Amino acid sequence: MAVIAEPVTKPVSRLHFMLDRREVLENILIAPAIIYVLLLVGLPLLLAMYYSVSAYTIYNPTWQFVGLANFTQIIDNPNFLQTLGNTFIFTFGSQLLGLVLGKFGAFLLLRPFPGRKIVRALIILPFAVPVALATIAWQWMFDSLYSVINWTLIAASIVTREDAPNWLGNPYLAMLCVIIINAWRFFPFAIVIFLAGITAIPQDIIDAATVDGAGFWRRNYQIILPMILPIVAIGLIFGIVFTFTDLSIVFLLTMGGPVGATSVLGFAGFQTGIVSGDVSHGAAISLFMLPVLLVVVIITLRFIRRREI
Amino acid sequence: MPRAFSRSLREVAFFFGITFFVILAAFPFYWMVITAFKPNSDLYDVTNVPFWFNEPPTLEHLTYLFKETLFARWLLNSLMIGVCVTMITLVTAVPAGYSLARMTSRKGEALGIAIFLTYLVPPTLLFLPLSRIIAELGLQNSMWSLVLVYPTFTIPFCSWLLMGFFKALPPEIEEAAIVDGCSLFGAFIKMAIPLSLPAILTVVIFTFTLTLQEFVYALTFVSSSSQKPVTLGVSTDLIRGDVFFWGEIMAGALIAAVPVAVAYNLFLDRFISGITGGAIK
Repeated sequence: MAVIAEPVTKPVSRLHFMLDRREVLENILIAPAIIYVLLLVGLPLLLAMYYSVSAYTIYNPTWQFVGLANFTQIIDNPNFLQTLGNTFIFTFGSQLLGLVLGKFGAFLLLRPFPGRKIVRALIILPFAVPVALATIAWQWMFDSLYSVINWTLIAASIVTREDAPNWLGNPYLAMLCVIIINAWRFFPFAIVIFLAGITAIPQDIIDAATVDGAGFWRRNYQIILPMILPIVAIGLIFGIVFTFTDLSIVFLLTMGGPVGATSVLGFAGFQTGIVSGDVSHGAAISLFMLPVLLVVVIITLRFIRRREI
Repeated sequence: MPRAFSRSLREVAFFFGITFFVILAAFPFYWMVITAFKPNSDLYDVTNVPFWFNEPPTLEHLTYLFKETLFARWLLNSLMIGVCVTMITLVTAVPAGYSLARMTSRKGEALGIAIFLTYLVPPTLLFLPLSRIIAELGLQNSMWSLVLVYPTFTIPFCSWLLMGFFKALPPEIEEAAIVDGCSLFGAFIKMAIPLSLPAILTVVIFTFTLTLQEFVYALTFVSSSSQKPVTLGVSTDLIRGDVFFWGEIMAGALIAAVPVAVAYNLFLDRFISGITGGAIK
């Protein structure tokens, strides 16, 4: 009996043997995730790079290589330079505003007080709710005729109905609105990140600094801030990446208008590549995000390394 | 006396600050609620005070939303997409996170960082080539394209989250199971997975909310109304011509937003500890 059974059990035991080798099992377990990501992130990334140096459009899907012609055409377009500038203003404006609000909010929420849990739940709302839906709510609040903000300003006699601001119709105000919505979306995230960092600092370090005579500002900026810097950096990286490449707020709120005043890279790439079907130019526009992303990635890696040491 | 005065001044400033933040964060949602239940005659009258109901609240926007629009269909689409993406994500990210956590070599660390970085590759860089790939697969204009594409960001995100959780799980538990005759793979299935069920639940919730929050891919790949997920449907399809139906739009946004907001609040702490991936030790 045992002799007959032997050839049957052998492959099974070999499989078991394979699965029982730690490094083999580890590779097998991680393989599906890696393959999925390689196929649907890695491959498209390479494709995007190739599209940007080709003459590919939806109507004429050719792989013909045209060198850097797409890029020179894009840079020669003054609208594109405005878009690039807008993207930087949008990103840094909203991140700065978000960070300031976040730091201030975390400072307030650090102290226990009755109802803190409810307050935290309410403050987290902007980050939790889908950005598209929140943007629509803001659009209604910035409505040219029924704006609740204008109603309040008029009721407080700050402006009259005749010269009430047309939030989304004025180029500068429209940019301000887009920045405010994005900062509004990210500041709860910043608060949470700051809180997580600050509460992780051992109390004895702060006590020791206090005993050594460090005042409020010194404790804040020379002890707490350097200690929470790695975690804040990770939060900021998320914020910068998702803001710099964002499309939804601009798409829903202003459609890049008025006259391109709020057009950002993601939006321009969408308009050219998807709406107009000019894939190669769209890809080239989107690729302008890459240098910024690379810088961000390098900084991230340095922070992760530093954490390890 | 001046000390007591300055202290109470501080208290006032503190609660003033808290009130400011609460209003800033929550007002748009209050505005959603108010708009969703106001009759049109109240809504579009600039002489009314907009902050509360000048006429009795109405359910007409809600009934219109469910009877005259595809809103129910969009909810169903979103549910379907969420369930499928969650399953794909669990099947791939749970083993991947475990593997990353248990890899002791430099390779494991490098792979972990690489996976984290793919999460940072933005949709606006990938949507053009992906739209071509989806067209090649014949999935354009179908919600199944989203089922295919959403795991590209949920898998990295959840692998990274789960890696952190599995790292906190002492390997001695699995070693004990192996000593008792369990295989290495069996130890993962029978010990590590049941012990990390809370983490897996977190991943399920976050995969679901991530799919609900996504907008760019949905906008790019799906244009026929009946295939849209709820976020896209509410924000792009309830506008006819240039006319906005604010009551209906806000009611739809409210219904789609409430579950996500509740889930986020319940799981926020886990989310943060996952996202920072042990940046604090």
